[in-house]
Formats: sequence, C-alpha cells, structure tokens
Amino acid sequence: MNDMTLTEKPVNASDIKITARNVQVYYGTTHAIKDVDVDIPDRTVTAFIGPSGCGKSTFLRCLNRMNDTISICRVTGNIALDGQDIYDKRVDPVQLRAKVGMVFQKPNPFPKSIYDNVAYGPKIHGMTRSRAELDEVVEGCLRRAALWNEVKDRLHAPGTGLSGGQQQRLCIARAIATSPEVLLMDEPCSALDPIATAQVEELIDELRSQFSVVIVTHSMQQAARVSQRTAFFHLGNLVEYGETGHIFTNPSDPRTESYITGRIG
Amino acid sequence: MTLSSTNPPKSLFAVDARTRKRNAAEARFRLYGLIAVGIGVLALIVLLTSVLGNGLGAFRQTFLQLPIALDAAKLDPSGNRDGEAMKKVTTIGYGKVIQTALIAEISQRGIATEGVSAKDIFGLVSKEAPAQLRDQVLANPGLIGQTITFKGLANGRVDGFFKGRVSMESAALDSNISPAQLVLAQQMRDAGMISVSFNPAFIFGSDASELRPESAGLGVAILGSAYMMLIVLALALPIGVAASIYLEEFAPQNKWTDLIEVNISNLAAVPSIVFGILGLAVFINFMGLPQSAPIVGGLVLTLMTLPTIIISTRASLKSVPPSIRDAALGIGASKLQSIFHHVLPLAMPGILTGTIIGLAQALGETAPLLLIGMVAFVREYPGAPPDGFFEPASALPVQVYNFTQRADPAFVERASGAIIVLLVFLVVMNTIAIILRRRFERRW
Ligand SMILES: Nc1ncnc2c1ncn2[C@@H]1O[C@H](COP(=O)(O)OP(=O)(O)O)[C@@H](O)[C@H]1O
Ligand SMILES: [Mg+2]
Repeated sequence: MNDMTLTEKPVNASDIKITARNVQVYYGTTHAIKDVDVDIPDRTVTAFIGPSGCGKSTFLRCLNRMNDTISICRVTGNIALDGQDIYDKRVDPVQLRAKVGMVFQKPNPFPKSIYDNVAYGPKIHGMTRSRAELDEVVEGCLRRAALWNEVKDRLHAPGTGLSGGQQQRLCIARAIATSPEVLLMDEPCSALDPIATAQVEELIDELRSQFSVVIVTHSMQQAARVSQRTAFFHLGNLVEYGETGHIFTNPSDPRTESYITGRIG
Repeated sequence: MTLSSTNPPKSLFAVDARTRKRNAAEARFRLYGLIAVGIGVLALIVLLTSVLGNGLGAFRQTFLQLPIALDAAKLDPSGNRDGEAMKKVTTIGYGKVIQTALIAEISQRGIATEGVSAKDIFGLVSKEAPAQLRDQVLANPGLIGQTITFKGLANGRVDGFFKGRVSMESAALDSNISPAQLVLAQQMRDAGMISVSFNPAFIFGSDASELRPESAGLGVAILGSAYMMLIVLALALPIGVAASIYLEEFAPQNKWTDLIEVNISNLAAVPSIVFGILGLAVFINFMGLPQSAPIVGGLVLTLMTLPTIIISTRASLKSVPPSIRDAALGIGASKLQSIFHHVLPLAMPGILTGTIIGLAQALGETAPLLLIGMVAFVREYPGAPPDGFFEPASALPVQVYNFTQRADPAFVERASGAIIVLLVFLVVMNTIAIILRRRFERRW
C-alpha cells in the first residue's frame, strides 16, 4: 500500500506545511527535545515513532502550542505554519489551534450529546450562521469520520456512551469540524481494539486527501501502514526522517535499525 | 520441601491457626466499628428525643375563648371610628373589657369562683391578650358594637399546667399563680373555655418580653436568618467560585499563590468569634453600618463561609479530568471557554454541595452574631429587602441562646422549639444539596 500511495502521490518538497528549525523544549531543567529540524509536507501522513519517553508527544504538542498550558514547559527555535512563525508574539494560540487540530491518546469526548461534541468547535468559532448550516457541518464531519451511519439515529445521545473506537472517531469528527489544515494525532489507537484501530487507520488514510496529518505511534506496523513519511525520535533527538518505505527497509542510522528490529524500545 | 515438612498438607476444611487469628482480628474490628456507630446513633437519638420532647410543646399553646361585647362607649369614646382617636384607648382599657367579659362568661357557665378574686381570674389571661384584642379592633374598627368570639393567649403558667410543666405543688410556691387559679383553669377547660391548639404565632410571631413567654415567637429571627442567608449566598458563591477558578486555573505557581493557598486553609479553621470581632471592628466601627442588622451579620458570615466554598470548589475543579480541558483547548476554545463550557458544569455538584454545607454552617453560627449586636431584643420585623437588610433583626441560633438566658422555665420549651425549627431548616438545606448533586452529576 505504501509503495503504491507513494508513487501515486509523490511528496513534493515545495508543498511543505510546517517547518521546524532548531527546536528545543525544556521541562524546567529537563531538556526534552534537542535541536529538531523537520519539514512536514501537506496532504501527507507523517508518523513520529520512537521509544517511550523520547519526546514524540512533546514535539507534537509544540506544533499547536498545547505545551503553552504546561507552565514549566519552554520552547525555543522556530516553527512555521505556511511560513508564519507560530510562536510569534502576534499569534493567538487559540486561533492557531483551530487551524491545527488535535486528537488525543485517550478518547475524550465532552460529556455532552454526539451532536454537541461536533458542533462545539464551529459554534465557538462562529463558523455557521444558521442551525441548518450547523446541522450540515455536523453531518459532514461525522460522515468523514466514518461515524454517521452508526450514530445518525442517536445524535442527541451522550457521546460518552459510545464504544472506545466510536468515541475516538467522534473526537476526530470534532477536530475536523473546525476545518483545520493540520491534524495532530497522539497515539490515537493505543486505547482501541484491533477492529477499531483498523477503522481509524482507514479513516486517517482518507483524511490525507484534505489535511496534513501528523501521527504519533508506538506501533511500527501502524506507522508503516498509514504513513508516507516517518520521523524516528530517540532521547529527544530526531535521529532519522524520510520516506516511510525507506526508513523501514533501509535505515541509515544504527539506532533506527535497532529500534525497528526490536533491540531498543 | 522444608516448607511442606513443617507445614504438613491439611484438609481445606480445617482452618489453621494463622487464618483463625486473621478472622478473629476481622471480627474484632467489625465489633469496634459497630460499637462506634452505635454510640453515634445513640447520641443522636438522645439529642433528638430531648429536643423533640422539650420543644414540640412550643408549637401548641393554651388559648382562652370567650364572647366579648365590644362596647363603643369604652373603646371608641369619640364615636366616629377614627383610627387615631381609637388608639387613645390603651391596652389597659382593653384589659378591663376582657376582664369583665371573662368574669361574666364564667358565672354564666356556672363555674364556681370561691376564693379567687377578680384580679386572679384575669391573671389566667396572658398579658399579651389585651394587645391582641386591641390590634384586632384597630385593624377592623367595624367590630365595635358587635359581640365577637375572642381567642386570646392564656397565661404562661396556665399553659405550663396543661403541658405538665406546672403542678399544684409548684403553684403553691409561685407568686405568679395559685393552686386555686389552676383549679379554676381546669374547670374552664372542662367547660370548653380553654383549649390547647396549634400556635402559628410561635413560628411567625415576634419575640416577647421575659414576662410573657407564651407569646414569644421566632418570626423576626427566621426573617433575620433568611436575610443573612440571602446575603451570604449572593456574595460568597460568586466571590468564592471566581476566586477558586482564578487560583486553580489562571494563577501562576509561585510563593505568593502558595501563601494565599495556605492562608485560605487557615482561614477555614479560624474560630468564628474572631470573624465577629473583625465584623465589629470593620463593618460597624469603621464602615459605620448599623448594629444588629442582617447586612453586617451576612457580611461576617460571608467571610466565614468563603474559605469553605473556595476549598470545596477548588477540590471539585481539580477532580475534573484534564483530558476535558485538553479536548476543549485542542479545538481552539479559549481558556475561559473551556472552563465555563466544560469544566464548571462538571464541577457543579461539588461546588453546590460545598456552598450549601457552608450556608448550613453559617445558618447555625452564633458567636460572631453576638459580637455584632444581633443578640439585642428585637420585636419589630425588618422591612422588605434591601432596606430590611439594614434594620435590626435577630437570628435563629441567637434566638435559641436568648431564650435559654431567660429566667422563666417556659422559655426552655421555646428554646427547644427554636432548635427544632433550626434543625428543620438544616435538614431541608442538606436535602436540597443531595438533590442538586444527583441532578448535576454526570458520568464521563
Ligand atoms: N508535563 C511534563 N512535565 C515534565 N516533564 C515532562 C512532561 N511531559 C513530558 N515530560 C518529559 O519529557 C520527556 C518526553 O516525554 P513525551 O513527549 O511524553 O514522550 P513520548 O510521547 O515520546 O513517550 C520525558 O522524559 C518526560 O518525562
Ligand atoms: Mg506520548
């Protein structure tokens, strides 16, 4: 599948969505991300892999400034979305997060109805003018999240009453409802069973047509299945970054190779 | 191998020494627990029986019932039913009317009155009764000239006699009542002139002087307490919730916020009388607010309740899972939006429970109110809010204290009755807390 998609849609270097240069992240005195440079292309799934605690989540959270909510966390360096520095003083992180949506490890729907979960983003951003328009957005997002058929008869039932996999797809629907350009996913399948995982992976592959997707995963198989580009992190360093097929078949760094072959991790 | 040789395999049905010891320890612990619970329940039962036994009588009162001809010549000498002119007739005048009517009714019913003087017969009537009749007539001057059936309070000693508090022996030693009077009262009761019935005036009426316990009521105290609770709710809830949200969600973690945090916890443990001194110094002496007024009581109780509300609100904000905040922030909600749309609704049950527990504490608080003058004897109802907040009032727990300070044993009954009213309010508030909790509680 990978090879096919890669030939189908070659990564175009001019189509870079996010560029990160010289990024350092500190938690207090802990240096969690060291000197990371990375270019994340548009309309592509980029996977971050690496052993637990190597800083994948930390780096992902830099991309929508979720690290701002952690008081001891300090980010330096340069991260630009479409060429604009997202850590610039003039940037309101709230506005940024509408453009760079996020899906979390544990499904976290609001304890509200399915409809309200999806409608919340468009509502607070004033994206719709009428109830009918909102209904349309909600339906569209639930369809794109491959959830519509399962929930269309109980839109006003609580979102927390769904199964784990359905909850995670609801969270994805909620994230795409604000029409983001980038979708960040932090181990979105780690709390799901294999069938739900397969559904979400399929969905991620479809989302690629509209968004730049960045997914953190601890499963190398998953990275191989869904991503076109893979970045391997180790102890806060970005060790290797390139086309997924290449990283998995022909890693250039010995650390990558040991991780892929299961010797570290 | 060594293990099995020292511990030869035994049947599952035989309990070994270790297990027996463990089971015995568990049984002992259960027994201690039962004893502890038993002591608690026993104390509660003793308290309730004592309070109910002493206090239920306060809700029933002895009344005299007799026809009274309201003679225009005596009650409205000017003859034109003019309110101002009628006010010139004092309670003494009305007392004479009652006395005459009472003696006439007794002799008409053929009740023997040997050895009881006219003054003693009138002594069966409460000193409050003439005022009751006067109020009735002034409220409705058209009654003058008619014969009405007047239901007036009987004297506290007579009331005590029918409730078992006063006996012939105690009456013999009592300058306020004689056994002969009690015999007469019993005959009047048999004749249907005296009856014991429910007394709404105990709940709605105002306090009365030392000399007429039979007419003392809780109306002013209940109103004063209600006003103070309103003030506490209106001030402590918004201030407490806003402070908690700021401290929990916005404040930076530094030594200043640590200091504030420690101080709030300490404040919750400060003896309430200290708040009373503060209220006296700041609100009355410095700000010049009136003494005995619900506004001052309400402000003092607000200060007292704030730490309770802040602590419970912060605890319930903390217990909202961080994933909910992340979810909201992750789709571009502002911090305030994530708090007001998602965190606060989830924290609501805890906040409301804390608030109502704080209010219940404030409702029962006595010491600080004594210091700000709410212990004063107040007969006039405070007006409607907001003016009423600045007029003298009493408060339920202070009223209990007041009643217990008075010499007449009839006030013991009143005090217990007031405690019952206070307990009913507390039970109602706690029930509301439970209902709100159930309503707002959501699973996630
Ligand atoms: N909130 C935090 N406070 C302090 N240290 C943190 C925090 N979050 C993560 N870290 C540290 O940063 C490093 C990277 O963590 P993380 O990005 O969560 O790793 P990964 O997602 O790759 O497992 C770890 O050493 C972790 O202990
Ligand atoms: Mg992680």
